[in-house]
Amino acid sequence: MLTALGGDQIARMSAVHVRRKNLHAIVCIKSVPDTTEVRFNPETNTLMRDEVESIINPFDTYAIEEALRLKEAHGGKVTVLTMGPPKAEKELREAVAMGCDEAIFLSAREFAGSDTWATAYTLAQAIRRIGAYDIIFCGKQAMDGDTGQVGPGVANQLEIPQLTYVFKVREIDLEGRSIQVERLLEEGREVVETRLPALLTVVKDINQPRYPTFRGIRTARRLEIPVWGAAEIEAAPQYLGLDGSPTQVIRVFTPPKREGRVEMIDGDSVDAMADALADRLLGDKVV
Amino acid sequence: MDLHYTPEHEMVRKMVRDFAEQEIAPTIKEHDREQSFDRGLLNKMAEQGLLGICLPVKYGGAGMDYIALGIACEELERVDTSARVILSVHVGLNSMTLLQWATEEQKERYLVPQAMGERIATYGLTEPNAGSDVAGLQTTARRDGDRYILNGEKMWISLADVADQFLIFAYTDKAAKHRGISAFIVEREFPGVETGTIHGKLGVRAGNSGSISLQDVAVPVANRLGEEGEGFKIAMSALDNGRYTVAWGSVGLIRACIEASVRYANERHTFGVPIGEHQLVQQMIAQMVQRRDIGELLCLKAGWLKNEGRRNTRETSMAKWYCCDAAFDSAADAVQVHGAYGYSDEYDVERYLRNSKGAVIYEGSREIHTIMQAQYALGYREDRPLRCEMPAYDLDEWEAEA
Repeated sequence: MLTALGGDQIARMSAVHVRRKNLHAIVCIKSVPDTTEVRFNPETNTLMRDEVESIINPFDTYAIEEALRLKEAHGGKVTVLTMGPPKAEKELREAVAMGCDEAIFLSAREFAGSDTWATAYTLAQAIRRIGAYDIIFCGKQAMDGDTGQVGPGVANQLEIPQLTYVFKVREIDLEGRSIQVERLLEEGREVVETRLPALLTVVKDINQPRYPTFRGIRTARRLEIPVWGAAEIEAAPQYLGLDGSPTQVIRVFTPPKREGRVEMIDGDSVDAMADALADRLLGDKVV
Repeated sequence: MDLHYTPEHEMVRKMVRDFAEQEIAPTIKEHDREQSFDRGLLNKMAEQGLLGICLPVKYGGAGMDYIALGIACEELERVDTSARVILSVHVGLNSMTLLQWATEEQKERYLVPQAMGERIATYGLTEPNAGSDVAGLQTTARRDGDRYILNGEKMWISLADVADQFLIFAYTDKAAKHRGISAFIVEREFPGVETGTIHGKLGVRAGNSGSISLQDVAVPVANRLGEEGEGFKIAMSALDNGRYTVAWGSVGLIRACIEASVRYANERHTFGVPIGEHQLVQQMIAQMVQRRDIGELLCLKAGWLKNEGRRNTRETSMAKWYCCDAAFDSAADAVQVHGAYGYSDEYDVERYLRNSKGAVIYEGSREIHTIMQAQYALGYREDRPLRCEMPAYDLDEWEAEA
């Protein structure tokens, strides 16, 4: 089912980045297989997603939760967005059951086989059409593809700042158009401030996602979700789907199992065993 | 005919599964060992809206259908029976009975806070000397002006210590036998109400069971549910809903047995192969799967009849009878699959076995259901229309705001 652009939506498209008191957060989610046994199409080397139950990418549930918390704190609304095959609409409805207010579904044959660049392009086009927003939330990566590239790619396409691996939103100033976050990095935490609108990718330690509510389920049942194809987002066909993807998956394979072995260090006392272990580690130049 | 669960059913299943795995599973062994009831869990179930799951939104409920209630029971009992029991008594035996029989005033006063989880409710039929033999009740209600004076003792009442309001059955006319029983909504705050806890149960040790003592408890006439003498019919109609939740829960327990047994059968090796490759282990697992599938179909049939607003006493009895026996047999097999480890509380299956026995006894023992089915087949029993029937599920009506 396709929905035509409404008059107010067109008005909002031309009013991007205006100052508003209420928050508008957009959350990009991905429908992923609920299994570790992902199967691949050997011809295209892309994921075969038709045969297993799908779920919202677990990292994206933290993105949804963070958006909902900001909405509760500041007022406003949360729009959830996904691109995927027809059955991925289920994941949008689940996001609505958690409390998202609106949902947009990007689903068309021409989007099939998109790599991370084409996906980011397609999502960015859709976000342009959605109109004014303050923050875009993404999970730090999807648990099937594991690239972590789509969020930053969307920010790049939209030419807005990106804050990746966000662990905490410290401050948000919708009037002054700024946001300050803590990023969780390998070396520690980093506090960063930037202007709004911005795109955030979040890590799982940021919050504990809520359960869907019955009110949310009732809303999800009745919500009409617009389905957008290439025409609705005014996308350039050469940037879409498999043909629009600059990367090609040549081969997907399970890495060979690492061979390991165990050696027990004997000794008369804990100190003696620790000495032997230290000598061994130094000898093998591990430390 | 359509046996598909709706997307809403699937969302309810996922919600309750996640809830049970995160809120119940981590601490259940501790509560079971210590025979302690987790009041915090009850509060979380209330917050989540589970305590009004299949009640209309205008009465404070969640607006789901009767199959959603079943799914929630299945998912709760998949983790532990004690959590499902909460839905059985609060929703099945009490709140749904108010939905069916209560006046609008009674619904406003008692059903709404129950559906919202603000007040907890239970059902008081069983007595020390009256279980299957309901007419053997000894509790009495004597009319005294605009009130009744209740005296008696209730036993084996789930949530007895926790509930704020009780549906109590008592004789208003002992000579009229079962036609002399009436039903009353009794608040814990009424003077003369006391409750006690039962410890030392074989199973459902994380659940609260107890006794209710009523000594000269004055209950306003406005708190009588239904007409005088209508209590037996009300009690039996409540069981149509309570038994339904028990049946669904048992399917969840069978599911837990299958999951545990399959996992263990793939891990444990004997004679050089995983035990799942032994045919006699396969037989036990196959039978569990068979019981789960049959049980689910019987429950769905009963749920469909409820959604349609059609009488389902026979079908619900069949589902309850079959599923509870099937859960007990499956739990016994699950312990067997686990061998000596299954006999220890290191694994969950011993708890499943202990938990499954109660349901073969309560809400109509296996023997009562056997006799009921025989009586239906022989033509000795038929269900007549009730003055107040359980309303059919109507999506628009259930979701309408007050």
